[in-house]
Amino acid sequence: MTKIIIACFLFISFVVYSGFIYTRGTANNIKLSGSEQKMIAHGKQIYQQYNCQACHQIYGLGGYLGPDLTTAWSDPQRGKYLIKAMLISGGNRMPAFQFNNEQTEAIIAYLKYVDTTATSLKPRIRQELH
Amino acid sequence: MLTQQQLPLSPELGKSYIKQCYNSDKAALAFIAMAVSYLLLGLTFGVLGSLQYLLPKFLNNYLTFQKTRPLHVYLAISWIFTAAQGGLYYYLPRLSNRKLFWLQGAWIHFALQLLTSLAIITAFFMGYFGGREYLEFPPFMGIFIAISWLPFAINFFGTISPQFKTAPVYYFSWTIGIVFFYITLSESYLWVFDHFNNNVTRDITVQWKALGSMVGSWNMLVYGTSLYIMEQLKGDKKISRSPIAFFFFFLGFTNLMFNWGHHTYIVPAAPWVKTVAYVISMTELLIFGQILFQFRKTISNTLKYYYSIPFRLLSFADIWIFLNLGAAIAISIPAINFYTHGTHITVAHAMGTTIGINTMLLFASIFYILQQQKPGALNQKSSWIGKGVLITNISLILFWTSLIGSGLVKISARLENKAFAVMMKNCEPFFKIFAISGIGILIGLAILIVTVLALVFKKEHNLPLHIDSNSLVEMETEL
Ligand code: HEC
Ligand code: HEM
Repeated sequence: MTKIIIACFLFISFVVYSGFIYTRGTANNIKLSGSEQKMIAHGKQIYQQYNCQACHQIYGLGGYLGPDLTTAWSDPQRGKYLIKAMLISGGNRMPAFQFNNEQTEAIIAYLKYVDTTATSLKPRIRQELH
Repeated sequence: MLTQQQLPLSPELGKSYIKQCYNSDKAALAFIAMAVSYLLLGLTFGVLGSLQYLLPKFLNNYLTFQKTRPLHVYLAISWIFTAAQGGLYYYLPRLSNRKLFWLQGAWIHFALQLLTSLAIITAFFMGYFGGREYLEFPPFMGIFIAISWLPFAINFFGTISPQFKTAPVYYFSWTIGIVFFYITLSESYLWVFDHFNNNVTRDITVQWKALGSMVGSWNMLVYGTSLYIMEQLKGDKKISRSPIAFFFFFLGFTNLMFNWGHHTYIVPAAPWVKTVAYVISMTELLIFGQILFQFRKTISNTLKYYYSIPFRLLSFADIWIFLNLGAAIAISIPAINFYTHGTHITVAHAMGTTIGINTMLLFASIFYILQQQKPGALNQKSSWIGKGVLITNISLILFWTSLIGSGLVKISARLENKAFAVMMKNCEPFFKIFAISGIGILIGLAILIVTVLALVFKKEHNLPLHIDSNSLVEMETEL
């Protein structure tokens, strides 16, 4: 009986904790217009459809053959133009997807959005570098 | 009426045992054959993927890393849960002393699983993706997986109908494994709702949460199995009912539910998410301490039973538990995690545990079953099996070290702000060791896989003495 009580207690904690994670624990206060939101969602959909995460990580989630893209947009060594070039003509290992303009812009909007959320990452990186 | 007959002395343990045959054993063996086939295919794609690290243009037209990685990861994971399921189909009737609850269900499960995996593999080859970590197939295929597990869940609960008061700890592990597989599979599809999909912080956090716990759910299936085998090998039923066994079960369960958080230290979620994650991760120190405490006993047992193949595999798994748990605790410390996150050290952890621990434990389970079902044939192959196990483990040491090595190179490149291409170049020596030792693992495990397939399909000359359709045990055999 004690075992069942412990198991139930743990399970209820799990449900409550999950509820917090789904809401307050992961709230962010970035305000986006409807059209921006649509563009970002479209970019994300392309990112998933072409399985970019097999080679790239966002916040460390994904495969490791290619670079992490969380802060690609604001990185002085990378930025919008490198991203664009890469999406169209590929690289040494990166396939040349030959996306059209509309697709490229959507992916960039998504990566830019991811970058703006990465507050936890940027100050730390700068701190580490200097 | 039961018709059992004692077999001659078991070559492995020096005591006699009774060979039992249940009508579900064929299904169990079919699952085992399917599982090792997944493993062989998965290993092949893993090796191709590792070659793509070394040779940028290797297969870059048709079978890019975009496809080899999901094929490898999906098949490797399928190996783990299919082998665990096959084991359960074998153990459940024996544990509960009754026939499997729904025999056709096991075969329906087999057919559904086979069809689902064929569909998923075809989708990957054709370039249809869902683009989510570990579940990289188109989202609707997740439903196929959920459905294919249903007959398994029904059979599990229908057959054991546990009496919780006296139930051994592995009943609990298996129950949690199945229930949480469903919970986490559903959770990993929450992104289809805008509430999750439109907020990257939430999406990534929930994805880590679901996947971290999903891995925990297979581990529950696998560890439950290893506890059961250990109990059978030692012939001591008290261990798996002791308070200490339950204490560690509940600790493991807590970790399954809350330990995923160390993956999310860099995600901008609320600070308390990290604190909870850190505190929970550190409870693993207790498990670590327990292993250290038991070490002498483990070593003396290993020496005593070294000739038993399942025992040898369990001992190798113990060493890998020790190494990987140590590494996992280290990378759960935020200051260390900041550096190691997003490097091959994470991959070392993922494959170190799935190969070193899960794969060793599952082969222990498979050889334990084959030892009962095909003792004569298994005996003839034991020196090959020994070689396969040794080659795998020696290669795995190199494999694991090379991944940690390339992780360290990446950390130093990051600190020096070097470009990605430069970092990849510096990693090359490690990638070479990674690819070569990966081929070693493929060879070592292929020896085990081919042996298992040969044994599963081999007919041992069984002489049915009596067949009674109402009995639990259908026939008895002579060697
Ligand atoms: C087969 C692996 C692979 C796939 C799939 C892939 N990439 Fe890449 N990507 C790379 C590699 C590797 C690089 C680094 C340049 C190189 O070596 O080609 C890169 C570079 C980039 C860059 C430049 C940023 C940088 O840090 O260099 C962007 C942006 C990018 N990829 C986006 C994407 C997107 C979006 C997708 C999906 C549509 C995608 N990639 C799919 C491997 C891949
Ligand atoms: C039993 C055997 C194996 C199992 C269970 C297994 C499992 C896994 C898992 C779970 C991952 C995902 C890791 C992550 O990113 O979190 C992975 C990735 C990978 N594995 Fe394996 N693996 C096995 C053997 C091998 C072998 C022999 C090779 C050959 C070298 C290999 C090569 C790879 C590669 C290249 C990746 C992708 C790494 C990346 O993301 O860039 N694996 N494997």
